Amino acid sequence: MKTIRMLAMAAAIPALAAAAQADTKIGMITTLSGGGAGLGVDVRDGFMLAIEQDGRAGVEVVIEDDQRKPDAAVQIADRMIQSEKVDILTGIIWSNLAMAVVPAATAQDVFYLSPNAGPSALAGKRCHKNYFNVAWQNDNLHEAAGAYANEAGLTNSFILAPNYPAGKDALTGYKRMYGGDLAGEIYTKLGQTDYAAEIAQIRASGADSVYFFLPGGMGISFLKQYAGSGVDLPVVGPAFSFDQGILQAVGEAALGVKNTSQWNKDIDNPANAAFVAAFQDKYDRLPSLYASQGYDTANLILSALDKAEVSDQDAFRAALKAAEFASVRGDFKFGPNHHPVQDIYVREVIKEGDVFTNKIIATGLSDHADAYAGACKM
Amino acid sequence: MTYILVLEQILNGLQLGVMLFLMAAGLTLVFGVMGLINLAHGALYMVGAFAAAAVAGWTGSFLLALMASLAAAAAAGALMELVVIRRLYRRDHLDQVLATFALILIFSEGTRWLFGSFPLFLDVPSYLSGPVSLPGGIEYPLYRLTIILIGLAIAVGLFLLIARTRIGIQIRAGEADREMIAALGVDISRLYTLVFALGAALAGLAGALVGAIQSVQVGMGEPVLILAFVVIVIGGIGSIKGALAGALLVGMTDTLGGVFLPRLFTLFMEPASAASAGASLASMLIYILMAAILLVRPSGLYGGST
Repeated sequence: MKTIRMLAMAAAIPALAAAAQADTKIGMITTLSGGGAGLGVDVRDGFMLAIEQDGRAGVEVVIEDDQRKPDAAVQIADRMIQSEKVDILTGIIWSNLAMAVVPAATAQDVFYLSPNAGPSALAGKRCHKNYFNVAWQNDNLHEAAGAYANEAGLTNSFILAPNYPAGKDALTGYKRMYGGDLAGEIYTKLGQTDYAAEIAQIRASGADSVYFFLPGGMGISFLKQYAGSGVDLPVVGPAFSFDQGILQAVGEAALGVKNTSQWNKDIDNPANAAFVAAFQDKYDRLPSLYASQGYDTANLILSALDKAEVSDQDAFRAALKAAEFASVRGDFKFGPNHHPVQDIYVREVIKEGDVFTNKIIATGLSDHADAYAGACKM
Repeated sequence: MTYILVLEQILNGLQLGVMLFLMAAGLTLVFGVMGLINLAHGALYMVGAFAAAAVAGWTGSFLLALMASLAAAAAAGALMELVVIRRLYRRDHLDQVLATFALILIFSEGTRWLFGSFPLFLDVPSYLSGPVSLPGGIEYPLYRLTIILIGLAIAVGLFLLIARTRIGIQIRAGEADREMIAALGVDISRLYTLVFALGAALAGLAGALVGAIQSVQVGMGEPVLILAFVVIVIGGIGSIKGALAGALLVGMTDTLGGVFLPRLFTLFMEPASAASAGASLASMLIYILMAAILLVRPSGLYGGST
């Protein structure tokens, strides 16, 4: 299919160059420096892989680094919208940055497709017809973890997350599905690197399990310190602390931990197999869930561009909403608030040769939609 | 809420405190002796951690990794001083802040260029991993206990260095009157490079020690740098004694506040909002402490009459 389209493209190039083809300009604002850079780099690499594989003319991607700072993200967004005249924005990793950028962008008739952040506010009351989330609503993976905890017979969880929008969504999501008692609930500082105080509280709490949402470097620190503390309660987490980018830095401390994700490299479909192989081939590392989200976001945009020009906003929006692309997750569709309705899996951290990675062991939630769709009036 | 939990948290506060001391000691010496605000001190912390992770990866030896962190950070510090910092002593603080901020960016992106954007692996060696039982029934990670001991040993060493050795006399003299000791024939530029490299080595060691239980990644130095500045402002700029007192005070306040404030709030609030409000207030606590101390003693706990 792809090769056929490429051939057709090659034949059509002279014609295209002659025609006044309206170019599509995509602005990507993501975190490429500082502590959270690994996530942004993965989203960018996944996204650009799909754009390159497609190879069509007339799609231009401008990429800028937000340094994980809301003010920087807002400035870049303003510049991209007003002087670079982008049609589509994407790329933001962190929910606090998304909250600062997305409402203003969609109000100026720009499409925003989120490859990662999915704050609850944007899924519910403040949803917008031009805002699509291709990853998940923030609560989703945590809801699956809560459901898994029930199934695993855990009845007294100690839960912790950073004190920012996604952290609150995380614990809310876990509690929504989890039926047991809470041994404790802690909000840590965003970017905190020392968890000795929290681990001491876990030890003293009498919990039977720990649920934590600490993305990126925070999770690495927590897991290493937890492993050294002698507390040996089972740990459950969302995929964010067990993605491919950080597992090697955590090492043995993560082995056997159960975590929830909407994607894994062993999901069995042709699009995923091709994605994993192509990503490894191009970047010489295994893709993470962030890379898969970037890849899906780009393919969604390309599938919509096949059907409509961005300038025809209604037609383009309908084409996005239809989501007719080969997602690496297999089935993929949007709910009424433009957030995914999808399966969420339970994975276990394993060691394949020298590399730490994940294996799917169960389906946590099937065809799962988010809890805020009802509050969204579009 | 048992006394074991309280004791364990005090140990945690102590551990954070001695780590901060290693960072703050270099910062306060550099400021005291050379009158220089070095924002790039956090970059040296990162250099130490990356050097340790790289050497531990090649050789598998944690001890070699620690030595590498000292050597790499000292070398990076000396180079930084010779190439950039030396030109800044006569400039005002704004120029120093700008230049050293540029150094942060250069070091961060340079490290990313060398090692990539993903965190590196550096683990606690097997002979230091796991918990030990302390008297009173406390289970405490052996590695953190080791950090406390190393930190305290270095504090003692620094006091001896400053109080008892020739270099120490020169450092103290440099703090008191820069022009005079140059006039007395001390090679002031050599002394500056030495002090800078010493401070850098301590920061690098802190980075390596902490890197083993945290994540070794680009930008890891900046949050610590902010705390270290709070420490030296509280302790009094230029004073090693003040740095130690400030570091322990900040370590304790941060750790104990984070644990006990949310609990305090549950006495008169809903548990969920108490957790959130308590956590928010706890993260402000050290800055409130700093403001309070500056109100009473504007030049810090051990600050001289500047």
